[in-house]
Amino acid sequence: MNQLDNTTLLGMLQRMVLIRAFEENLMGLFDKGLLGGTSHYCIGQEATAVGVIDAASPKDWLVSNHRGHGHLLARGLDPARVLGELMGRLNGYCLGRGGSQHLCAMDLHFLGTNGVTGGGIPIAAGAALACKYKKTGEISIVFFGDGASNQGTFHETLNMASNWKLPVLFVCENNLYAMSTPTSHAVASGTIAPRAAAYNMRGTVADGLDVEAVYFTAKECIDRVRAGNGPELLELMTYRQCGHSKHDARVYRTREEEADMAKRDPILTAATRLAERGVPQTDIDAAQQAAHDEIAHATEVALAAPKGGETEALSDLFA
Amino acid sequence: MPEIYYSKAVNEALDEELARDPNVILIGEDIGLYGGAFGATKGLFEKYGAERLWETPISENSFTGIGVGAAMLGLRPVVEIMFMDFVALALDQIMNSAGKLHYMYGGQVNVPMVIRTPGGAKGGYGPSHSQTLTNLLVGVPGIKVVAPSSPAQAKGLLKSAIRDENPVVVVENKRLYPKKGEVPSGDWTLPLGKAVVAREGDSLTIAAYSSMTPVCLAVAEAFAKNAGIEIEVVDLVSLQPLDTETLFASVRKTGRLVVAEEACLTGGVAAEVAALVAEHCMDSLEAPIARVGAKDMPIPSALQLEQAVLVQPQDVVAAVKRVLEY
Ligand SMILES: Cc1ncc(C[n+]2csc(CCOP(=O)(O)OP(=O)(O)O)c2C)c(N)n1
Ligand SMILES: [Mg+2]
Repeated sequence: MNQLDNTTLLGMLQRMVLIRAFEENLMGLFDKGLLGGTSHYCIGQEATAVGVIDAASPKDWLVSNHRGHGHLLARGLDPARVLGELMGRLNGYCLGRGGSQHLCAMDLHFLGTNGVTGGGIPIAAGAALACKYKKTGEISIVFFGDGASNQGTFHETLNMASNWKLPVLFVCENNLYAMSTPTSHAVASGTIAPRAAAYNMRGTVADGLDVEAVYFTAKECIDRVRAGNGPELLELMTYRQCGHSKHDARVYRTREEEADMAKRDPILTAATRLAERGVPQTDIDAAQQAAHDEIAHATEVALAAPKGGETEALSDLFA
Repeated sequence: MPEIYYSKAVNEALDEELARDPNVILIGEDIGLYGGAFGATKGLFEKYGAERLWETPISENSFTGIGVGAAMLGLRPVVEIMFMDFVALALDQIMNSAGKLHYMYGGQVNVPMVIRTPGGAKGGYGPSHSQTLTNLLVGVPGIKVVAPSSPAQAKGLLKSAIRDENPVVVVENKRLYPKKGEVPSGDWTLPLGKAVVAREGDSLTIAAYSSMTPVCLAVAEAFAKNAGIEIEVVDLVSLQPLDTETLFASVRKTGRLVVAEEACLTGGVAAEVAALVAEHCMDSLEAPIARVGAKDMPIPSALQLEQAVLVQPQDVVAAVKRVLEY
C-alpha cells in the first residue's frame, strides 16, 4: 500500500488527537453545565474526517452531518470558535445560533453541519452543480452515516448527481449503527457501496480506521471526480467508540464488541505505525501534547468570549 | 399595454431574468422541451439549453435541496414544483434548509432561490392536485411567500423574487394561468412584502389573495351596482410577511372585514389576518370579522363535490352581508 511520509502522518495524528481532545473536553464542559443541548461525538472515527479532508483541496466544498466536530476541525476551523459556537459565545462561527449540528464556515468552504439526517446530501450536490456550472474546478464532498443512506435524499441525489455527472464525492461513514439500529437491521444490501451500481457510479470501500488508507483511497476518488468523470460513493468502515449522543447506555451492543474495536483505534494505529517507521517516541508524544495544549488554550478563549443575547436571537432572519 | 396570459407573464419573467443574469438557472420536472406542466417554461429550453434548465427526475425534496446548495454558492435557482400539493415532498429542504440557513449560520450565507408552484383547484383534479397549502409555509420564519393574483403581479413579483437575496415561494394558481391581463412591457418589478388596494371603498374591507382576489373584486362590483355599497378589496399579495400597514389602514377606514382564501379555513392565512386585525384594530371594528375559505375537507374529484368544498362567490356574498348587517 501507499505510504505517507512521516511528517505528514505525524500531522494527521496530531489533528486526530486534536479532535479527540476537543470532544473529551466537551464532556467535562457538559458536567460543569457550560454546554446545553446534546452533542454527537466522533470518538473512534477521527481518521475518516482527517483522511478525506486532507486528500481534498482546501477549496473543495464540505458538507457534514450531526456528527461533525471531526470534519470541522480537520478542515482547519479554529477550535476556540467551534467551541464558542457550542457554548453560545459571540466568537462562535454562527453567533451561537447553530450550535454543533448547524455550524458553517463559508470562508473555509465548509457549507455546514446539518441536523436533519440525510439533509446535507442534496445541498452538496447543489454546490457541485454550481462548481460545474461556473467551471471552478472545485468539487464538493459530503459526509453522512449509514443511517442517512436510507433516506430518500440519498437515492434521489445520487441518481441526479450521476445523471448530470456532478463533481461530488459521497462519503458514507459506516459506523455500523444509526443511533441504536445496526446496519444488519436497516440496510438491505448489508453495506452501502454496492448501491452505487444502481446509480451507474463507482462505489469503493475502505478501512475507515486507518487514516493512510482513507487518505489514499479518497485521493483517488477525488482525482477522478475532479477530472469530470461524475460522482462517486466512498464507504468508510469505522466505529463510534462512544455512545450515539451525550446520554446513551449502549444497550444495543456488547462491551466485548467495543473492546475489540478499541484495539483498532485510529489514533493508536497511526501512533504505532509512526513508531514502527522510526519516528522517535518523543516526537509522537510532543505532537499529541501540542493538540491537547491547543484545546486547553481554545477552551480559555471560548470561556472568555462574551455571550450573545437578544440582538443575536432576533436579527438576520432575512438577508 | 399588452394583454397577456398569467402563464405567459411567468414565462416572460423567467425569460427576461435568464437573459439578464447568468446566475439564474431553472430546476424542475419536465421544464425542458415539454415546457412545464402548465407551460411556464415553454420555449426556454430551446433558447437557453440544458446548461440553464436542469430538468430533473421526480425527486422534489432533493432537487429543492440542490437548489439550496447551488444558491449557497451564488447561483439563483428557480425551482418549479409541478403542483403545490407536492410541496409536501420538499418541505424538509424548504423549512429546514432554505428558510433557516441564513439565520442559523450566523448570516454567513444567503439562499437566493425561488420556488414556483401552482396551487388551487382547476376543476376535477382531485385531492392530491388541488390544494392551496399556503398555511404550511407562512408558519415557517425565513421564507417569503407571495401569491400573485394577476398577470402583472405574476411577472413583477417573480422578477423581484429572483432578484431577492432570500428564499421566496411564489404561489401561482392553476385557474389564473389562462386568465389575461395587462402587463407593462420593459424591465419592471413589483415589490415583495406589499399588499395593494385593488378596489377602493368605504363600507367594508375584503382581504383576499391569489384566485380569490378576482372573485372578490367581482363580488364588490356587484354590491356597488346592485346596492350602491362600496367595498374595498385589499389584495394581500404577500403572505409572509403580511403587509399589515395597508391592511390595518383599510380596516380602520371601513370598520368591517371579510377575509377570503381558497385554502382550508383552519389555521391559515385568513385566520392569521383575522387574528392580527382583532389584536390591533379592535377599536375600529364595527362587526365581527368573517372568514371565508374551503371547508376543512380534502378536495374531491367530481366537479359537484369539489364545488361543495371550495369557496363559491355566494359564500363571499353571504359573509359580506353578515358583516354589513351585524
Ligand atoms: C430526519 C431525521 N430523523 C431522525 C433524526 C434523529 N437522529 C439523529 S442522528 C440519527 C442516527 C443517524 O445515523 P447515521 O446516519 O448512521 O449517523 P451516525 O449517527 O451513526 O454517525 C438519528 C436517528 C434526525 N436528526 N433527522
Ligand atoms: Mg451510523
